[in-house]
Amino acid sequence: MKEIRFHGRGGQGAVLAARMLAIACVAEGKCVASFPMYGFERRGAPVVAFTRFDDKPIMEKTQIYNPDCLVVIDPGLLKLPTLFTGLNPNGTLILNSAKAFEKQPNENLKLAGVVNATQIAVEEVGRDVPNTCLLGAFAAVTAWVTLKSVQASLSEYFSGDILKKNLRCVERGYNEVKVTKWQ
Amino acid sequence: MKAKQGELKVMTGNSAAAYGAMLCRPDVVASYPITPQTEVVEQLSRFHADGTLEAEMIEVEGENSAMNAVAAATLAGGRAFTATSSWGLVYMYDAVLQAAGFRAPVVMANVNRETPGILAVSSGQQDMIQTRDTGWIQVIVENSQEILDTIIMAFRLAEDYDIQLPVMVNYDGFYISYLAEGVRIPAREDVDRFLSVLKTQPQRTIMDPTRPIGAGSHGLMTEFMELRYRHCAALDRAKKKFDDIDKDYGDFFGRSYGGQIEEYRTEDADFVILTSGSAVGTSRTVVDAKRTEGVKVGLIKLRMFRPFPQEKLIKAIKGKKAVGVIDRSVNFGWNCGPIYSELRALTPEIGNIPILSFIDGLASIDITKPHIERVIDDVANAAKGKPYQAVTWIPLEERE
Amino acid sequence: MAVKKFSTKYEAAWSDADQLLLCLDTGTWRTKRPVVDKEKCTYCGLCAIYCPPQCMITRPDFFEPNLNFCKGCGICAKECLRGAITMRPEGDFTS
Repeated sequence: MKEIRFHGRGGQGAVLAARMLAIACVAEGKCVASFPMYGFERRGAPVVAFTRFDDKPIMEKTQIYNPDCLVVIDPGLLKLPTLFTGLNPNGTLILNSAKAFEKQPNENLKLAGVVNATQIAVEEVGRDVPNTCLLGAFAAVTAWVTLKSVQASLSEYFSGDILKKNLRCVERGYNEVKVTKWQ
Repeated sequence: MKAKQGELKVMTGNSAAAYGAMLCRPDVVASYPITPQTEVVEQLSRFHADGTLEAEMIEVEGENSAMNAVAAATLAGGRAFTATSSWGLVYMYDAVLQAAGFRAPVVMANVNRETPGILAVSSGQQDMIQTRDTGWIQVIVENSQEILDTIIMAFRLAEDYDIQLPVMVNYDGFYISYLAEGVRIPAREDVDRFLSVLKTQPQRTIMDPTRPIGAGSHGLMTEFMELRYRHCAALDRAKKKFDDIDKDYGDFFGRSYGGQIEEYRTEDADFVILTSGSAVGTSRTVVDAKRTEGVKVGLIKLRMFRPFPQEKLIKAIKGKKAVGVIDRSVNFGWNCGPIYSELRALTPEIGNIPILSFIDGLASIDITKPHIERVIDDVANAAKGKPYQAVTWIPLEERE
Repeated sequence: MAVKKFSTKYEAAWSDADQLLLCLDTGTWRTKRPVVDKEKCTYCGLCAIYCPPQCMITRPDFFEPNLNFCKGCGICAKECLRGAITMRPEGDFTS
């Protein structure tokens, strides 16, 4: 089983990203469970979303305390003291940021994919909605789910022009993510 | 004759509730939004707008009107559905009592959330507990698939000629209401077929202009007592009926849940833990882990809360050395968990074994694996005859 | 009862209103921060009056936001008659 924790702010699409990842996993025949935890349900408030996938049905209904992968949608959240708490050794991070990592932010983090999803989203969609771009980066860096499955999952929530724009975001995230590895 | 497998779709618990209701073709839906149930109303509205749901959608100004509307609709012979949570459930309280007293077979999804007294927009089962004496059938489920399936079974149960009682299908707010999982959606015609047995039963008493009848007449003295007696007897019958319906559902759709309770690895267990809702799912994984360590623990999932599955629980627990009950609510006045205190009432039949109360998961506090490990360790010690604490408020003790 | 220490101050869900109702540190919600130009500030107090959570701190001759509570709504910047307050992205600051 893999556990992925999404960190964002209300309005950035963290919950939707976690859900679309779940849909992508189901398309590949996996079992999934995905849910959000809000403190206060409003724009700007920190949001966490959890997605688990496995080959067999997922029983646990708790929040994720030992993620295998973190997806951070708002670069400001890197300052969160609890962000890396419980990260599994050989952990992965997918981050929306314009800057690459200079040094390893946490000893359990061995793999990081950084992409300026905000810029890509503004270029492709016209708004700062970085979530779909980050899903593309996720697929590229972890290879736990294919690009095709991620793209297919978007049609559950988007259609027409906005779907095309977000599909481009996914593809660009997949292609433009910069990967850093640590020992 | 088996049902089709059905389309697999990723959906939340709330969405599953809406699908379950839609598939049963209700005649009337009246529901008011409240976090964490709102998506149920939204999805039903979407179905209605698409034409998938051909119901009379009454846009009510509040939950009290919602329950009045749906209860009345069932008394007129229709099938009706509503959904609410905590504050909304409290707001409709008089109508909830009326629905049960009038024997109106409403099906209601109640998304468990903490009730008034301390403001919290969060998960908790106090709303289910605070309505346990309304005379409704109450069941509580563990995941999104079970919500959909149980709502279908709920209509089958509520409208059964031998029952004729409203059914509340509870599921944890936030932890299940917003939990997206892969859910199999039964085919419409299969659901029709499953419910069609109701049409073969005698017609229950309804408001029919050609046969004038008064509903909700005054109850006097022994007549009042007789009507209460009938009500209690019907609730009692609901236990076996629920088991039978669950079996039929399993035979037809391929999914069954055990009826009143589900026993998980209890057969050779020395002691057991009992819980309900989302905590059951997590408990399964902890029980499995403890079993690999050689701890002979079993898990009982409480599915039917009203009527209380006395006979099944006695049978499951008799012979065990101890029981731990995880409650997601409190029993005011007894200073312990409510499901725990109801289980204690079965002591004469179970035997005088240690029964431990654990209160956890209030206000969306997570019932984590370490919490459940602690529960199992404490009950294990009690089973060995060591001294134990009768009531433990896990999150409050954890931080000390 | 096994609980020995309580973190709540009162018996029921009360909170201190003499702290100007600031009882939950919502500073982490901010994506933009108000920056006060002390030279331009004329100490009129409009920002403090308009601030929804009332988190403007009164300094000797200017006002500044209490960053533990400021949610970055931008109303102070909009209402300031002198244009002394500008909203800057949180990412620009290290603290």
